[in-house]
Amino acid sequence: MSGGQEIVLEFQLKASVFDVAGEASSKTKRVLQQIGVRADVIRRIAISAYEGEMNTIIHSCGGTMRVVIFQDRTEITFEDQGPGIADTNLAMQEGYSTAPDYVREMGFGAGMGLPNMARCTDKFVIESEVGVGTKIMMVVFH
Amino acid sequence: MKLSEVQIVLDAEVVSGIKWMDREVMTVCAADLMSDVLAFAKESTLLVTGLTNLQVVRTAEMSDVVGIVFVRGKYPGPELIELARRKDIPLFIVKHSLYETSGRLYQHDLKSCHKMGEIL
Repeated sequence: MSGGQEIVLEFQLKASVFDVAGEASSKTKRVLQQIGVRADVIRRIAISAYEGEMNTIIHSCGGTMRVVIFQDRTEITFEDQGPGIADTNLAMQEGYSTAPDYVREMGFGAGMGLPNMARCTDKFVIESEVGVGTKIMMVVFH
Repeated sequence: MKLSEVQIVLDAEVVSGIKWMDREVMTVCAADLMSDVLAFAKESTLLVTGLTNLQVVRTAEMSDVVGIVFVRGKYPGPELIELARRKDIPLFIVKHSLYETSGRLYQHDLKSCHKMGEIL
């Protein structure tokens, strides 16, 4: 990447649409590969993006994933239109999950997503209000 | 161990990705929980699973998994095979259970991707 120009990718995520779940993270990964970001860094970005994408599709009424790739870092923001999380500290605990059985049958909903996102990223902020929505901001330095 | 050796050890059918049999496998992740794969898989990890939904390939893609082994003869659908082909992820099918598949790989010196207290 030259000239300090950032790359912006924006994706609409629909609730409970699983056949394309992962497409946004896959495209993000491809762009990062094209501009030559280190493989281990791409992996952390891809995993946290994918966990966030799945979370939005599983739990929210729909939302957006916005990726901004700078020369030195990638910022990913998820924003949804509800239903919101009553206790974000509880949601951050490994093993805590409100996912329904059909999601668990797909291999998700084990209460590992949010903690894993926090672990993979250098900055992780979650804000949520019941009835309004959830916003997650993550930064990974390259 | 190369994927070609994995094929022999597990007496596996290669469903796709035959051109990637030279890939090196360093560790194994045996799981039906994709969240665990995302948390623990390392580079050059082979995924052994009983799940055959699309998210298995997506998870493998994000985690840089070098190949997927489906146990107990479960055959994935054409959509999954096509996605794996596009992502260059080789697919194997074995008759053994998850336990026996893992045991055979362990016997051939392939260890778990998950070490206590170590993540990523």
